[in-house]
Amino acid sequence: MSFLQLNGLTKKFADITAVDSLSLDVEKGEFVSLLGPSGCGKTTTLQMIAGFVDVTAGSIVLDGRDITFAKSNERGLGIVFQTYALFPHMTVEKNVAFGLEMRKLSGSDIAARVKDALAMAQLEKFAHRYPRELSGGQRQRVALARALVIQPPVLLLDEPLSNLDANLREEMQFELRRIQQQIGTTTIMVTHDQAEALSVSDRVVVMREGKVIQIDEPYAMYENPATPFISRFVGKTNTFTVVLTSTSQGRQFDLDGHRITLAGEAEPPVGSGAGQALISLRPEKIVISRPGHGRFPGSVKNSFFLGNLWMYEVQTAFGLVTVSVINNHEQVFTVGENVSIDWHEDSLKVLAAEPAGDRRA
Amino acid sequence: MTRPDHPVAVARKPKLGFLGAVPLTLLFLGLLIVPLVLTIVLSLRPYDYDLGVQAGWTLEQYIEIFTSSYTLTVFWRTLWISGLVTIICVLIGVPESYILSRMKAPWNSVFLLVILSPLLISLVVRAFGWSMLLNPMSPIGKLTQMMGLGSLLYTSAAVVIGLVHVMLPFMIIPVWTSLNKIDPQTVKAAYSLNASKWQAIKRVILPQATPGILSGSLIVFGLSTSAFAIPVLLGGGRSRMVSNSIYEQFMIDLNWPMGAALAILLLIMNLIIMMSYNQILERSYKRSLG
Repeated sequence: MSFLQLNGLTKKFADITAVDSLSLDVEKGEFVSLLGPSGCGKTTTLQMIAGFVDVTAGSIVLDGRDITFAKSNERGLGIVFQTYALFPHMTVEKNVAFGLEMRKLSGSDIAARVKDALAMAQLEKFAHRYPRELSGGQRQRVALARALVIQPPVLLLDEPLSNLDANLREEMQFELRRIQQQIGTTTIMVTHDQAEALSVSDRVVVMREGKVIQIDEPYAMYENPATPFISRFVGKTNTFTVVLTSTSQGRQFDLDGHRITLAGEAEPPVGSGAGQALISLRPEKIVISRPGHGRFPGSVKNSFFLGNLWMYEVQTAFGLVTVSVINNHEQVFTVGENVSIDWHEDSLKVLAAEPAGDRRA
Repeated sequence: MTRPDHPVAVARKPKLGFLGAVPLTLLFLGLLIVPLVLTIVLSLRPYDYDLGVQAGWTLEQYIEIFTSSYTLTVFWRTLWISGLVTIICVLIGVPESYILSRMKAPWNSVFLLVILSPLLISLVVRAFGWSMLLNPMSPIGKLTQMMGLGSLLYTSAAVVIGLVHVMLPFMIIPVWTSLNKIDPQTVKAAYSLNASKWQAIKRVILPQATPGILSGSLIVFGLSTSAFAIPVLLGGGRSRMVSNSIYEQFMIDLNWPMGAALAILLLIMNLIIMMSYNQILERSYKRSLG
């Protein structure tokens, strides 16, 4: 049996269903991210696990114990809030000690464990500072230390890095992962940042309008998105609508005068055996070169320099295609230049037909 | 600025800034500093019952105040009544503000109006209201007599009750403001760390509301020490406070130097108490809550 089980978890606010029958099994020590756009129900799910929001239907089972109706202060879960929610009137040390004091530990135990937690979060120097005297990253680490010092069975992270600037966010992602792996606490993180979810999680749960759309490991999620929504939400992608035909060599379609055969015998997603289909192609899987080198001619419409990457928008016969190239001192293309693009057929993914209205996202 | 710095504009700036401060400075000097200095000077003038205020300097008034058990009693009464009113206002006002801060719209604004509504009614009207409630003929008066407390009207108890009623909004507003500034997530954080409801209030909510409680206390204490109408109307002759004595010296005895000396001493007492109180506030909360 899994360590943490969410069974058909549902939350209705008046006539709005925020979370619709969500089921998820989390193994001990696992790092799971709930990923989705705002309003997808991910935060409500976390709040239900934390006990801040009542469950309308379904159950939450932690380590064999049903905690669906337990009060938040009886669950003993570690929570890192989006705004950190540090106690402003207490020093860093007192903030971290609070949970231990509430558990009525002896003074010497508290001192020892607070010391360890501060060392783990590299906060020893700041023990006697107040939260307002700390930087964002330091506050974040205090919040993490305060949640982990109680040795919770499950750590809940609510958009933990969204208030940090870009550089610090990246640094903290690795820090978060390092600490989580070192301690081995089962962790559930809510985020709307796909890069964050992919980089730190063991598994990613993509949610939309209260429903789970796909649960997968980060690499699998990125490579094989189940729906067009996920392909756009997790990473960037190019999509084009084609007409698929089934032949003896496999499924084929025509594009700009070339007949393309889809690779692999992977189970075709429902409804994509033949007829109209949506093809996804990641920008980094496209090779851009001088005219004539690739199969598909085009011209550079826009170029963006992202530091480590060049991003080109190439006008082709089948639409505007985004291509990204690593900035490794090789060929740089200028706007207006004629180029050609090509790719490996393995990189093409057929997406399941999506429900009406999905394309807005 | 897109416009290049013009030398004339640069030279004119400080002058303009000074001019802007002139009206308020004049107002401050004219309405606060000058009367204060005049009062201090007046309190040091000799007084003769037949001839009135005399030229010259004396400490006679101050010596009389410190050697008269009557004036010392009045000062002491002012002090303990104001202190008690402050404490009662904290005990009633803090829970009231907490409840108010937990209310949802539109009830929070409705009840805030209810709390502030006494301020719209004349102090004298409210005082007469209490004297009607507390007089021996009223149901409450009869009840207190049955309980063996006697009639409360024209006692210090009536003054305390009246002052608490008048001062409560001045406690609730700052406390409510500081409660509203608390990040509700910190309360959730306390629950997630196994705090009970009471522990969350005691360890997380109250400490964050303390600056509001301290400033509310300062306002209530300061206003109570200088209360005039309530002690007259509810305390009668037996529970007079310093303001009443000052009034009596100025208007009835016509001993202006004595009235001035009493006023100066009340001011000094207030300043010492409020500044030391503020010192405590500054020291313990400046660093954490700003």
